[in-house]
Amino acid sequence: MSTDTNDLVVPSVHAHTGKGLGTGNPADAFVVEPARTRTRKTPRRTRTNFEMLAWLFMRLSGVVLVVLVLGHLLINLMLDGGVSRVSFAFVAGRWASPFWQGWDLLMLWLAMLHGANGMRTVINDYAEKDATRLWLKGLLGVATVFTVLLGTLVIFTFDPNI
Amino acid sequence: MPAGTLYRGREGMWSWVAHRVTGVLIFFFLFAHVLDTALVRVSPEAYDSVIATYKIPLVNLMEYGLVAAILFHALNGLRVVAVDFWAKGPKYQKQMLWTVVGIWVVLMAGSFYPVLEHTLRTWFGG
Repeated sequence: MSTDTNDLVVPSVHAHTGKGLGTGNPADAFVVEPARTRTRKTPRRTRTNFEMLAWLFMRLSGVVLVVLVLGHLLINLMLDGGVSRVSFAFVAGRWASPFWQGWDLLMLWLAMLHGANGMRTVINDYAEKDATRLWLKGLLGVATVFTVLLGTLVIFTFDPNI
Repeated sequence: MPAGTLYRGREGMWSWVAHRVTGVLIFFFLFAHVLDTALVRVSPEAYDSVIATYKIPLVNLMEYGLVAAILFHALNGLRVVAVDFWAKGPKYQKQMLWTVVGIWVVLMAGSFYPVLEHTLRTWFGG
């Protein structure tokens, strides 16, 4: 064996360099790079923490939405006749109060962003072609921005005497 | 479909599947719901006519289905938060799922009459 075994003795952190695991066995000279190994080419800081922030947002908005949405269902679908009493006059009565306007505005924004981020995850999971993913996420983004802005406009410009 | 979509089965995977399916359904409803509510900016008549759709018995039944989806997504979402943030969350994830299912059954039974009252009165009077 002509290989100098001393050349193969490297710290395990350098195993991916091809110098081996340091076992002295040439068969171990080339090993699969361990997952998530930081190499010289790895940026010190990945671009942003976007995915972590998205993960955190889902949990925080989710907890707030439990209160906002279940309250919304209780009032609009269950109490005092439920859906049978919903009408323009009913909405006008609710939105006469800044409290319920604020409730609905916060619910609109949190629910749309929570839902859009969930759909983004689903698209990433199932759309395998790059172009398909891009188009679906583009469509999702346009629909989300449109819906959030429309809903916001409706809440702020509501006129009970229309 | 990607290969090997049956992960490990059992409570963990099936609750994930149900969370995903209910989430997508709720998102599509939310989209439609913001659009129908926007009709309050058109005219009281336009809004009341679309709301009349919500009062059709079949649609009222679908509202009960919507409540079912939202309740599961909400309760299981709280379980996911507990799994992620509570040190013993992963250990008790199965027990928490069955707790979620139990609370869901109770709330579904409790909301049956309030949600479907309109349909029940339409069909059976009173």
